[in-house]
Amino acid sequence: MSIDMVLIVGLILSAILTVRARPLTAALWLAVLSAITALLLYRLGAPEVAVIELSVGAGLITVLLAFAISMAEDESMPASIVPRPFAWILILAAGGLLLWLILPQLPGVKAATAAEAPFITQMWENRLLDLLVQIAIIISGVIGVLSLLGESRRTAEPKMEARS
Amino acid sequence: MSPLQLSFMGIIALLGVGLYALLASRNLIKIIIALQIMTKSAILALVVAGNATGRINLSQSIALTVIVVDTIVAVLALALVVQIKRQTGHLDAAKLTDLRH
Repeated sequence: MSIDMVLIVGLILSAILTVRARPLTAALWLAVLSAITALLLYRLGAPEVAVIELSVGAGLITVLLAFAISMAEDESMPASIVPRPFAWILILAAGGLLLWLILPQLPGVKAATAAEAPFITQMWENRLLDLLVQIAIIISGVIGVLSLLGESRRTAEPKMEARS
Repeated sequence: MSPLQLSFMGIIALLGVGLYALLASRNLIKIIIALQIMTKSAILALVVAGNATGRINLSQSIALTVIVVDTIVAVLALALVVQIKRQTGHLDAAKLTDLRH
C-alpha cells in the first residue's frame, strides 16, 4: 500500500469523524483533516500551499472555531430537514457524475513541468490582480468582523449604565 | 491506478462527505465546518489539475487565493454565529425564520 493510499484513507476517515462528532470535537478532527491535506499537497508537488494550509487550516481556523464554540456554547445536534436517503442519492449522483466525466481525462503519469514561471513570479507578477483582490477581501473581512462584534458592544453599553 | 487518479477519487469522496454534512446538519457551526471540508477538496482538486497539466505554480497561486478567501468567509461566518447566538439564544438554522415575512 503506497503512502498516497494511506493519506487518502486517512483523509476520508477524518472527514467522516469530523461530520459525526459534536462541534468542539469536530473542530479538532478538522485540524487533523487539514494536516493530512497539507501532507497530500506536499506529495502532489505544492509545498508552498501545503505550508500555508497547515498554518492556516490546522492552526488559525481551529483556534477561531474553538473560540466561537466557547462563546456560543451550543453543542446541540438537531436532526436534519433534508431526508437522509435523498441526501445520499444527491451526493452519489454528483460524485458519480464527476468521476465519470473527469477521471478518464486525467493522465496516468504526472505531466512534465512545462517552461513555467517560478511560484514567486507567478504570484507577484502574473496574478497581481488576485493579490490585490485578496488584500481588498482581507480588509473588508476585518471591517465586517469589527462591525459585527462592535455592534454587541454598543448594545451591551446601556445595560452597563443601567447597572451603575 | 495512477497517484493522480487516486487523489482525484479521494477528492470526490471528501466533497461528498462535505456536501452530506452541509445537507444534514442544522447546527450553524457544523455548517461552517462542512464548508471548510468542501473547500479543502477544492484546493486539492486545483493542485491535482495543476499537476496533471504541468502548470503547478499557477495552480498553487490560485489555491492560495482560495485559502485566503475561505479563511475570511470562516471568520465572518463565525462572527455572525456568535451574534446569532447572542440575539436568538440558539444555533439552529431551521429556527432562523425572522426574515421570512
